[in-house]
Amino acid sequence: MARIEEHPILDIPKKRKVRFTFEGRPMEGLEGEMVSSALIANGEDTFGSHQKDGAPQGMYCSNGQCSQCLVIADGFPVKGCMTPVREGMDVRGCKGKPKLPEEAIVQRGNAVETIETECLIIGGGPAGLSAALELGKQGVETVLIDDKYRLGGKLTLQTHVFFGSTDACYAGSRGIDIAERLTTEVSTYDAIDIRLATSAVGVFPDGKVGIVTDGTYYFIKPEILLVASGAREKALAFPGCDLPGVYGAGAFQTLVNRDLVKASERLFVCGGGNVGLITAYHALQAGIQVTGLAEALSVCGGYKVHADKIISAGIPVYTSHTILTAYGKERVEGLSIAEVDASFTPVKGTEKRFSVDTILIAVGLTPIDELYRQARTYGFEVFAAGDAEEISEASAAMFSGRIAGKNIVRRLTGAKLFAEMAPAEKLPEEAGEKELMEALRSKPGAINDVEQTVLPGKVYPVIRCKQEIPCDPCAAICPKGAITLDGDPLLGIPRFTGKECSNCGRCVLICPGLAISLVDERFDPDQREALITLPFEYTGNMLQPGREVVTLASDGTTTGKGIIEGVRSGGKAKRLLVSVRVPFEERLTAAGIRMQDPESAGMQFAVEDNDETIICRCERITKGEIVAMIRKGCRDLNQIKAALRTGMGACGGKTCEELILRLFAAEGVDPKSVTPFVKRPPLTEVPLKLFAGVE
Amino acid sequence: MAENYDVVIIGAGSVGVPIAYYLAQEKMKVLVIDRHPSPGQGQNKSAIGGVRATHSDPAKILLCEESIHIFSAWQEETGDAVGWKQGGYCFPVYREEEERTLQEILPFQKKYGLHTGWVRPEEIREIVPGINIEGLRGGIYSPEDGQVSPVLFMNSLYEAAKREGCSFRFSETVTGIRVEHDRISKVSTDKASYNTPVVVNAAGAYAKEVGTYTGLRVAVDPESHEAGISSPVEHFLSPMVVDMRPGTNGKTSNFYFTQVAEGPVIFCYTPAPPIKGTNRDSSSEFLPILADRLISLLPRCKNLLIRRTWRGLYPMTPDGYPICGKVNEIAGMYLAAGMCGQGFMIGPGLGKNMAALIVHGAPLIPGDVFDTIGYYRNFEGPDKEALT
Repeated sequence: MARIEEHPILDIPKKRKVRFTFEGRPMEGLEGEMVSSALIANGEDTFGSHQKDGAPQGMYCSNGQCSQCLVIADGFPVKGCMTPVREGMDVRGCKGKPKLPEEAIVQRGNAVETIETECLIIGGGPAGLSAALELGKQGVETVLIDDKYRLGGKLTLQTHVFFGSTDACYAGSRGIDIAERLTTEVSTYDAIDIRLATSAVGVFPDGKVGIVTDGTYYFIKPEILLVASGAREKALAFPGCDLPGVYGAGAFQTLVNRDLVKASERLFVCGGGNVGLITAYHALQAGIQVTGLAEALSVCGGYKVHADKIISAGIPVYTSHTILTAYGKERVEGLSIAEVDASFTPVKGTEKRFSVDTILIAVGLTPIDELYRQARTYGFEVFAAGDAEEISEASAAMFSGRIAGKNIVRRLTGAKLFAEMAPAEKLPEEAGEKELMEALRSKPGAINDVEQTVLPGKVYPVIRCKQEIPCDPCAAICPKGAITLDGDPLLGIPRFTGKECSNCGRCVLICPGLAISLVDERFDPDQREALITLPFEYTGNMLQPGREVVTLASDGTTTGKGIIEGVRSGGKAKRLLVSVRVPFEERLTAAGIRMQDPESAGMQFAVEDNDETIICRCERITKGEIVAMIRKGCRDLNQIKAALRTGMGACGGKTCEELILRLFAAEGVDPKSVTPFVKRPPLTEVPLKLFAGVE
Repeated sequence: MAENYDVVIIGAGSVGVPIAYYLAQEKMKVLVIDRHPSPGQGQNKSAIGGVRATHSDPAKILLCEESIHIFSAWQEETGDAVGWKQGGYCFPVYREEEERTLQEILPFQKKYGLHTGWVRPEEIREIVPGINIEGLRGGIYSPEDGQVSPVLFMNSLYEAAKREGCSFRFSETVTGIRVEHDRISKVSTDKASYNTPVVVNAAGAYAKEVGTYTGLRVAVDPESHEAGISSPVEHFLSPMVVDMRPGTNGKTSNFYFTQVAEGPVIFCYTPAPPIKGTNRDSSSEFLPILADRLISLLPRCKNLLIRRTWRGLYPMTPDGYPICGKVNEIAGMYLAAGMCGQGFMIGPGLGKNMAALIVHGAPLIPGDVFDTIGYYRNFEGPDKEALT
């Protein structure tokens, strides 16, 4: 059983075991667990085979957006990632087309019910919850729906400490704890009607929103609609990208952090944005070997402190590299990457090959905004917040949700929206909201080498945070007021003023980037050694005092060896403070403890990108087929859809649209000149019986 | 300098593209103009692809027989799979009214050589396994009819037309047709002008508007129907099933569905009263109404996963028959319009006949039969289409 039995951040809850069978073989799942997670926990990555060519199919999005995890549960085809496993469930792989169960009894169902409400919020993640709080406070009658079985959205996967503003969006707290707080608070408001495992599948011109929940279809007709449905992960096309074991970083976080399934032994991450960097960190925390991370740009696009954190734990980061191929028959067995030149073309002779069981794709997010756009064309009073409005960090999503909530209250009471108000009309606390929103959404800025203040013979913090990012907890928490942000109060780079340091370790415990350590020069007056205090968020088994560890610098180079002197608990912070004795000259550079042994890549022949690469995974349409149409002059995605079936599959083009547009760009056609897919309801597949109201 | 063509066809859809293809086979220099960005983006892609010769008038019977001939031979001739499935059409009957209507047209269909016949309830149960048998009186079954993928056929036909030398202009809207001395001379668009002695109005839902460019009253007014498709399942249903009863909810008349070659079930109903206009938004009531009708006719369908819905336009005429052929007052002006939602099944057969009419002066089917769907018939006559 591949389950996570120990985790530095997450508690391992005791759950009731559920017995089910897969292909007749007995298996054990946990109560409330989704079928796909239960299967992976039982070592089953390949769920079925595709009807067109028999290609192996497994979990991909883990978010109900695609249909690759389709299984037959008790005779009915269902999405494995959205269906909880039940005692005695007979799960079968979906091999080819499912058989439609026979049914002899003629049933007449009930008419579809319509519920009217002041506000409907689609999505109970950071944005939706934050908006709901504002509406709850004002007693606005609100229905809050979420397609998962608990509130919090992606916050429930975010085990790391948040950046952002301490005052405005809980910076310095972990995502999972913020989810808990917001959920608890929202639940106190009677005006908020929370409906879980409930999806919006379409909006209609008569102002109704089609809602699907366990076994029922109904309409909600809101006065105001807020779409806070988050984002979906972008795909990447390369030979083998369709193998089970290649999936999104978010899908991985769901498996590991939500369901505590040890989904992999060895993995590789593609993409050095925040999502990729954090996911690599989460994998390491779950005891999974991270063979490497590749980023096509010359520097990682995510926060530098996130990159430094994994590099100084021993994860190799390959910048200016791209994935060439995933290998494997029934599932992923390995991959090859290569260096890219300035035009992102792989350079021959630089190929590297790794044996891994999982490849995570973290190449960006796309707003899930179909319902928002459709509602706008139908004249709904509609707002969007969070990633559905603009892709950014969860801290920005919470803040944008709050603004949307306030705006909805204003709209319902006939007041002006923020955007319509003159500066003088705003209350003082409202005046800076736009600027704060912009700061929270800002991309990581310039890197400035702030000079490190050293207090000879004393204790002082070493701050390795040298990039403008929206974050302030260190300055907010220092009891001596000795850490200041130079320049902007949120984006400024933190600096130790040299005033004094009491060795309290609060800055080390709270820094979301784990970029602060303490140096104690009092340890050895002869200056042969120094005691450094490092933050540590892995399982603590290795931290016995007296044990030798390898220390790494932020850039991954080995600084030397140290001896563990002691470990302090961080209490609620769930972060340990590890004191390590290091040679005096290494005291400022030692940034982390190496958590995994270095691995060298094999240099081998790699398969180049080719026409067989699967672009549309629902209908298994290849790059070659699509490029041939582009070369014949096609400039309409709907024509490609009509001729090849791209976008006719279960996901409706959600996965392949961007990939196809990239093929147009590669052929020298401006993607803006290409007619996009016409989007049609329902947003996800719905059993017909729900519309008829029959069992 | 305006380009010169032998024929300009307005509309690259289910009707315009086959006409272009058969004209090009006759060595005509053909241009097809469409306001959409690619072929078949008007109503072709909205069609559910049923193809039947089981009609109640000779013109459509003969044209659709030709279409069936073309569809069924297409893959062999071109190598392109278009999803042709000869599963027949089945009209199950539960009420006396429908029995009377269908029994009345049967002799007529037999006269034209169709193998359409009355079948007993037991036979219907064989043809449509799992059908609701409560009150089932029998029905008619036409084994030679079938279903084909409109989008695949369109794509294949478009490529074939290009190979034959047809030119296409997409994302281009016709703005005027010049007539000099009662003869067609030029077609103008928002982008260019083209010299031509012949224009074919195959503009589907926009045929009336195109008619006004030469002062013609083409009595085509679009109505909309919604349709949908499920995810694929193992084969369980062969024919197109047509339930002619009015729906119990008072909002529908005919209702029809089939399982297409790739496995999904595709379905549609006729709204009652009709919904006029060109609005193509999906309504909130379509799936609930459809689900009730489909499940009560074939209960097994309740477990289908519904994948997509859409709304397409039926270019309707006052009597329910197309408006095709030559316009006498303007030399070179031809109509291939008002297909009343059957443009896809009529298209190939009509295309062949229109090409013959334009090039050789006479259609392939008897001229008097072709004239029954002509511009000069009495639209207010008693003969309304019975099998819509």
